[in-house]
Amino acid sequence: MTAPRRRLAALDVDRLIGDPATRIIVTCGSGGVGKTTTAAALALRAAESGRRTVVLTIDPARRLAQSMGLTELDNTPREVEGVADGRLFAMMLDMKRTFDEVVAAHSTPERADQIFANPFYQALSSSFAGTQEYMAMEKLSQLAEPPPGNPEWDLIVVDTPPSRSALDFLDAPQRLGRFLDGRFIRLLAAPAKAGGKAYVKVLSASFGLMSKAVTKILGGELLRDVSAFVASLEAMFGGFRERAEHTYRLLKTPGTAFIVVASPEPDALREASYFVERLVGEQMPLAGLVVNRLHRPAGGDRLSARRAEAAADKLGDRASSDAVDLAEAALRVHAEIAEAGENDARMVRGFAAAHPDVALIAVPALPTDVHDLTGLRLIGELLAAS
Amino acid sequence: MAALGRAVGVYAEVMVAVPRSGLPALVAGIPRAARLHIVTGKGGAGKTTTAAALAIALARGGQRVLIVEVEGRQALARLFDVPELPYADRHLAAAPGGGEVVGLSIDPEEAFIDYLELFYNMKRSARIMQRMGAVDFVTTLAPGLRDVLLTGKVKERVTLNEQGRSAYDCVVLDAPPTGRIRQFLDATREVANLARFGPINRQSQGVVELLHSERTVVHLVTLLEEMPVQETVDAAHELTEGGFGLGAIVVNRARPHYVRPGQLADGRLSRAVLRRGLKLAGVDVDLTDELAQQMIEYEARQDVQRANADRLDAVAVPRIELPELAPPVGVGELSELSDYFVIDE
Repeated sequence: MTAPRRRLAALDVDRLIGDPATRIIVTCGSGGVGKTTTAAALALRAAESGRRTVVLTIDPARRLAQSMGLTELDNTPREVEGVADGRLFAMMLDMKRTFDEVVAAHSTPERADQIFANPFYQALSSSFAGTQEYMAMEKLSQLAEPPPGNPEWDLIVVDTPPSRSALDFLDAPQRLGRFLDGRFIRLLAAPAKAGGKAYVKVLSASFGLMSKAVTKILGGELLRDVSAFVASLEAMFGGFRERAEHTYRLLKTPGTAFIVVASPEPDALREASYFVERLVGEQMPLAGLVVNRLHRPAGGDRLSARRAEAAADKLGDRASSDAVDLAEAALRVHAEIAEAGENDARMVRGFAAAHPDVALIAVPALPTDVHDLTGLRLIGELLAAS
Repeated sequence: MAALGRAVGVYAEVMVAVPRSGLPALVAGIPRAARLHIVTGKGGAGKTTTAAALAIALARGGQRVLIVEVEGRQALARLFDVPELPYADRHLAAAPGGGEVVGLSIDPEEAFIDYLELFYNMKRSARIMQRMGAVDFVTTLAPGLRDVLLTGKVKERVTLNEQGRSAYDCVVLDAPPTGRIRQFLDATREVANLARFGPINRQSQGVVELLHSERTVVHLVTLLEEMPVQETVDAAHELTEGGFGLGAIVVNRARPHYVRPGQLADGRLSRAVLRRGLKLAGVDVDLTDELAQQMIEYEARQDVQRANADRLDAVAVPRIELPELAPPVGVGELSELSDYFVIDE
């Protein structure tokens, strides 16, 4: 179990969250690896060390959310009760509301209503792949640069959306920005501005063919919705792409730390690998990797899975008695956990070999799910202890 | 592993059904009329593995089964240990009785260009559109069109066969995760609303029909943990409400029960008794306390697991439990897992 940690640069969590220069921590990784729990535990630990902290969660488990006093999506940081010596605020991202707020903040009420009523906007704001990521970035940007008069946060911890791939978080906002700001959509928007007919004349032959195809495929109504939407958006704010790029730059500043989260499973670690390589490639500030839920068999490596299994088999051949049955059960349990532990260690070693410079923390599996501040505090201790 | 047995859910009466010409006798709850098996689940719950094992199960007895992935992750290629799948049907594995599993990784951009060619015979301008970013627009961000293209392509594979032209007895879809599944399957309906005319609209109608017919079932893959179970229960509810037929709930990586009721005496298990037993087994008795503690913690996890299993009872569909296998999982393991979908005869 301890073998993989020997050679690794350890990630010093307390130094990271205690450093006043650390302003933003982003936890990322594939779904189901304990990202949200890690984010919440880091935020709580930072708050209890005296930093005024806010944690932005995307889709927390119900009981975890309740433990922080979050009962519904409401897009405003709420203070978490029960925090010792410090202040922690938490919020759950409401994607649609965030989008609505962006629109409302940058247009007249009349125009905003027009946009809200547009079917294309409704679909875009509530159901598009990519919108959640974009809005998470938008919200982060709002938290990092609060409106005048509002106090700044010492530390913002952001959980990322459960994406198909961890990279979506980095790509989706720019993709959405590129799309809303792009050449093609401007072309689509043109008829609304130019009154339709003139548009066709200007276009070259292949353009004409193409727009005809788009009209045919998507249906004219959709095109008109899109055109109206883009035309009304364009007038009011300086381009989606620009906003997305702004947040992207914010993430590249030294005050930001990315923590990649994984579980000791091939898929999760592969995603973690992609993410680590990407962050390094783009010179994003990578703090390290947290591997959650490692199995730690009793007695460390003093009793291997194979030997436990063999000993249990030996007992299985004997006449049943309380002692024989109890020891057999204990050994079968041990074999199960030791085997899982051996697999975990192999997985982590593989990652460490491929990324020797990435600092790493291994967090052992807890016997039960974390769903209160006590549990989060314990995770925080485990993170700091590695 | 053997200790697990062949677990069939509490609701499942083990029906030994008469196979429809060569189709293997599947666990009850996998409707016999089903031609399209949609597999969804929380990310990390083992969706792709389950879909692949199901495909192998369906292919037994000489069936040809197509397994389709739509998220471009090349997870099938890795699982079956074959080179990256192109946008074309490729052999993945043989199944007992002359069956075959074929894989397809659908690329939304290519699917879109297919449509342009199919409906308008305009592949060249499609390429121009691709360069313009128009295809990216349509497949990535236009309302659900990406999902429409993907489900449309899946439908093509299912229905071609009914016209007697193509080769698949069943199609298994490794679908997006539970959080997105309703949106994915309903995308066609959405588009029918947005694109009120045109070929995409017409195409949509056919897809909506297939997905809501008895030829389609949705299987839900879960772990016995809080979030995955919650998502599964929610998704089952949503899907039923949306008029989709449910197949089975597949529980992955459930830990076996080794400890008998009462054996731990409510956490006060006798170290002396355990020590005696360990001695008989020739195990270092210095480990007694740690092994006792480990057993108590294991049981605490098992209690959580049982409670989560009970919560799944809210969904009245059969349950299939798959054992945990040591990674990496390959074709051998998949074949082993496929046993759990088939009834012994």
